[in-house]
Order: sequence, then C-alpha cells, then structure tokens
Amino acid sequence: MKFVDEFRDPRAVRELVESIKRIEVPRVCLMEVCGTHTMSIARYGLRELIADRADLISGPGCPVCVTPQGDIDWFLEAARLPGVIAVTFGDMMRVPGSHSNLEQERARGADVRVVYSPADAVELARRNAERQVVFFGVGFETTAPAVAMSMLEAKSDSLTNYAVFCAHKLIPPALKALVEAPDLAVHGFILPGHVSAIIGSKPYQFIAREHRVPCVVAGFEPVDVLQAVRMLLLQVAGGRAEVEIAYGRAVSPDGNPKARAIVGDVFDVTDARWRGLGEVPASGLAINPEHALFDARRRLDVTPPPAVEPKGCRCGEVLKGALVPEECALFGNRCTPRDPVGPCMVSSEGACAARYRYGRAGGAA
Amino acid sequence: MSDDLILLSHGAGGQLMAELIDQVFVRGFDNPVLRAREDSGVIELAGRRIALTTDSFVVTPVVFPGGDIGKLAACGTVNDLAAVGAEAVALATSFILEEGLEQSLLRRCVASLRAAADEAGVRVITGDTKVVPRGSADELFVTTTGLGLVPEGVQISAANARPSDVVLINGGIAEHGMAVLCAREGMDFDLDIGSDCAPLNRLVAALITAGCDLHALRDPTRGGVAAALNEIAQQSGVCIELREEALPVAPAVRTACELLGLDPLQVANEGKMLVILPEPQAERALAAMGAAPYGAGAVVIGRVLEGPAGRVQLRTAVGPARIVDRPVGELMPRIC
Repeated sequence: MKFVDEFRDPRAVRELVESIKRIEVPRVCLMEVCGTHTMSIARYGLRELIADRADLISGPGCPVCVTPQGDIDWFLEAARLPGVIAVTFGDMMRVPGSHSNLEQERARGADVRVVYSPADAVELARRNAERQVVFFGVGFETTAPAVAMSMLEAKSDSLTNYAVFCAHKLIPPALKALVEAPDLAVHGFILPGHVSAIIGSKPYQFIAREHRVPCVVAGFEPVDVLQAVRMLLLQVAGGRAEVEIAYGRAVSPDGNPKARAIVGDVFDVTDARWRGLGEVPASGLAINPEHALFDARRRLDVTPPPAVEPKGCRCGEVLKGALVPEECALFGNRCTPRDPVGPCMVSSEGACAARYRYGRAGGAA
Repeated sequence: MSDDLILLSHGAGGQLMAELIDQVFVRGFDNPVLRAREDSGVIELAGRRIALTTDSFVVTPVVFPGGDIGKLAACGTVNDLAAVGAEAVALATSFILEEGLEQSLLRRCVASLRAAADEAGVRVITGDTKVVPRGSADELFVTTTGLGLVPEGVQISAANARPSDVVLINGGIAEHGMAVLCAREGMDFDLDIGSDCAPLNRLVAALITAGCDLHALRDPTRGGVAAALNEIAQQSGVCIELREEALPVAPAVRTACELLGLDPLQVANEGKMLVILPEPQAERALAAMGAAPYGAGAVVIGRVLEGPAGRVQLRTAVGPARIVDRPVGELMPRIC
C-alpha cells in the first residue's frame, strides 16, 4: 500500500517528533476524538514518543463504546424473535448487553449475521423474502450515508422485510457537550478524519471561536497524527485557537455535500443517549416518518427489560477523558478483551482495549 | 455472563480455544505426551520415535483461490508432522459428506488431496466415509490423520526456544486467511490473493539435512503468527520480539487487512513455518530454506529474549514496542 507507507516512514516520524520537542509550551493535554486514532496511537506507540510534550487522552469517538446498554439490549431482544435475521458489523458481536451478547445469542440459536456493508444486509433481505432482516445501524457521520443508502435501495426494490435499528450518533454535538462541561481540561482536539471527510471542518468552528480550544482534523497514520499534534502545539504556543486541517488529502472545509444530502433524505436529527455522556441534545439520528417502513423501532414490538449497567465499570469517565483506562479498578483483571465488562474493552477501537492490547510493552528503542 | 455454550470463537485458534483445549481436552485425556501441546504427539515404538497427528478441516467455501479443502487436508497434517521434525509416512482420511453434495466436487477434492500427498511423498492408506442429512454438515468435512518418523537426534519442541535464538519464516503471512475471507464474503477488492497452502515437509527436511539445530517449529494456522509465537513464548518461558519492518506481508494482503481492520499477525497461514534456532545458524538456515520448495521468501523476523517470559512483542517501525496478543476468538472486521 504505497499510499500508506509514506505516512508510516520512520524518518518522517523522527523528524516530526524532533520538531514537536522544539516547540516551547508547557506540557498539554490533547484529546483524540476518534477511536481509529486511539488504535493508531496505541499500535505505533505514539504516546511514548511525545510524552514529555503532550498527554493524549481518548474521546467519545468509538461507535461501539458510546452505544448505550439499552440499545444493545434492544437489539439482542430483536435477534431472539422468531423469523428475524439480525445483521451487524463485526464489532458488535461481543459487546456485552445486560445479560448476554450477540455471539452467545447466535450459539443459542438466533440467526445473527456479520456483514461488511449495509448493502449486504439489503441483499439478505432480498434473498430471504419470508424473513425480517434487522440491521444494527451504529456509527457516526461516516457510516450513516451507507446505512441511508441501504434504506433507499430497499425502497426502490419495494422490500418490506428490511429494517434498520438506528443508533447513529453525531460528533459535533458530543464535542459541544464536552467543551461545555466544567471539568474538562483539554488543550486541543485531534478531530476525526473520516467523519470530517463527510461533514467538513466548518461544524467545529464553535470550539475554536467560542471556547478557544485549538482543533486539527487528522488522518490515521503515525505521520498524520504527529502532524496534528505539532499543529496543535503551535496553536497553543502562538495563543491561537483555530480549526486546521492536517488531512488535506481527504478532508475539505465543506466535506461531502452529496453524502450529507442522502443522510438528510432518510434521517432526522434527534436527541440521543450516549454511554458516558448521557442524553445529548441533537446528537443522534432517527429514521424520518417518510421512511418509517424501514425503522425497526417502529416495525418490531420489542421491549427489553430495564438495562443493567455493569457494576464498577467506568467506561463513561474514560469516554469523557476524565479517567485513563488503568485508573479503573476493573482494568486488566476483571475486564479484559477475553471477558469485557464495558464496551471500551470490547471494541478494538475502544480506549481500554487499545491500551490493554498495545500498551503493556513500554520502553522506546 | 454465562460461558456454558460453545461459540464459534472457541474454534478460532485464539485465547478461547486455548482455554477450551486446556480445560476440557488436556484435562480430560491427561497424559505427558498430550501435556507437551506439540502439533504432533511423539512416542517411542520399537526403538523409533513415532509422531502422530490428526486435524479436521472445515472451510467455507470448499474451493478457494490457491486450493481447496482436499489440498488443505493433506498439507495441514503433513505440516503438523513437520513441526516436530517428522517425515510423513502415511495418512488416513475421514470424509463427512452432506446429503446432496455434488460428486464432481468430492472427486475434485479427493484429486487435490492425492496431488498434495504425492508432492509430500506420502500415501493415504486407509479412510472412512459418512453421509449426514442435508443441513447437518456444510458440504464436506475432512479429517486427516498422519503418521511420521522423527529422525535420530532431532529434538524440536515449542518448549525449546532459548534466549538469543532467532525467528525465521519462509515468506509472506496472512495469505490463506485473507484468500478464504475474500472468497467467502465475495469481496470485490480487485486484489489477487491466493492461499499459501503447501506441504512443508521438504523445507523442514532441508533444514535438518543442512545440520541446523532446530529448537522450535510451528506452522502458524488459525490465530496466525501471533497465536503460534504466544504458544512458543509461553511453553519456552521466553519473550519473542518481532521487528515490524521485517515482517513479510504481500501488498495485496496488507491492503485487504487494512480495509477490514485486521492484524496480519492474527490471520491464518497454511504454507508457512516459523523456525526458531540459534542466531549463529541463521545464515545456514536461510540458505537451506531458500533452496527448498516454498522457502524462497525466507527471512529473519525476530529474536528470542530472556523475558518477560510468555510475552510476544513487536518493535514498531517508528520505534516503540507493543504487545502482540493472540486473538480472543473469531476475527471481526471494524466499523469505520
């Protein structure tokens, strides 16, 4: 993958680290909003490389991690219904609900299928006309267009057995909730590249203008992330607060209007519950009345028992950046990727899983 | 959460499978040979050291780029024998066929099994056939049992890796797993990925003939290089460190792994052998492998350190080291 190699070049990384170390600022705290950043930072050990200049903490950008327990329970309950084919992205399979997870429901006889794209779920509906296909729509602005497309496709094929359980969330409102919180001590945001490819960089302007917190949109390779760190430190050093783009090869200020239009055709913006953040105004998507036929919440009669939040789990604080994973008493003993208690441990993008899988070797070369 | 049902993850070559094997099978059949957890059990019989192994093959689709279940059934068993240094002597195969299976597909798979066995220089001398009602099996399942002889003086064991040894592999990783995954999901990546499925007995024989003091061998199938090296690190009580830039991953395989968010270290191989031997013998081993079938891509990928015992780590290209864990269970693609 030539395109990627350039952004993992050890020499470029060393040069960036050197230039970061030359910036004269007190040590700062930066939040990487997106789970894919968390993964990349952990996978390449980037935290250690810049530890004397910046502390990197993980934000609420892992879709699996912010999906509330009640939504997971709903989908597990739906998967148990006779005649239902429950379709999901692979990440959700081992996410613990209050009493079970999808992998265990499959072993008990539920028909649970893993797909790589919502279009595959529509294809399943086409091939199984007598069954009700329910797709678990999770993710941010990045995955929403493909899920919207799947409903439009089902509509144009007049499929009546395809429905989406929509748990989609929006990043800027979550960031608003974060920056308005009185206890947030973050000096800069590394903003998600994929999400921004859709929405552009403009929706983040309020963070810089109203809250005076520097922002840089970043890609996901080591060079991308370090470049963003460098730009954030330069903003801090210069007393500036702006929204900059360090991922120009994918992100423009205006984003992708076509993808946003498709999302607007199918979804309405609604209040949504986030694990860790609670109810956040205008931070979620709901399927609009015009597409009610494809809305699993309307179509299926599912009432899961009240959700039981796992005892002692502090994923909520981890998602806010108020706690690093190691500070949770469950981390690494009662909560591991083998037996995750909270969602931050189950998703490979989760802050806890990334720290557990990649964070224990320590020591630079 | 209850753990009382068998999940697909219990068969995926990762942590859950290791626990199942330990808690159910090793405990249930408890004996010293089994407890050694080698790819083949080795016993003394009439003054010779005999290696015995068995492997069941269940793959969807049955035919995939680079091979089919028949070729896999021969190679997998020959390679499990090779992993203790044994030369395959005879195979037994057992076929479980689903009602309605096309006979032409069965014939094709039998012909591939025969061809791979011929290449390995081993014959199928007995077998068994069962047919089950439609839906009770997925087309066909094959179980292959292999008998082999361990040459005099050869002492290969996953418990024999020593500090200052080096780790070699005979070429690109993750090819089988990605070939099957792409074929199964009908992924149109426009990437040319074929399974690496191959019999490796001649490769191992070449190393023995060259006089290499082989400490540990393992063919990194399900769970990939990560699972195989974690087993060796644990059983030998050593740390194994890989160098990221030394890991051979074909560009197409890497692209597919990137797109699906999979770690090539955790993806299955069917024609690769991890070779661990003293560092001074690295050049000799590379030369011997390079001249043997399926050894042209042989490289050093890492070294064995004293500790921390049981750990596998990867020195990343940009500097820091990170842990390489075996996968928990099934490999799941990521969302975004």
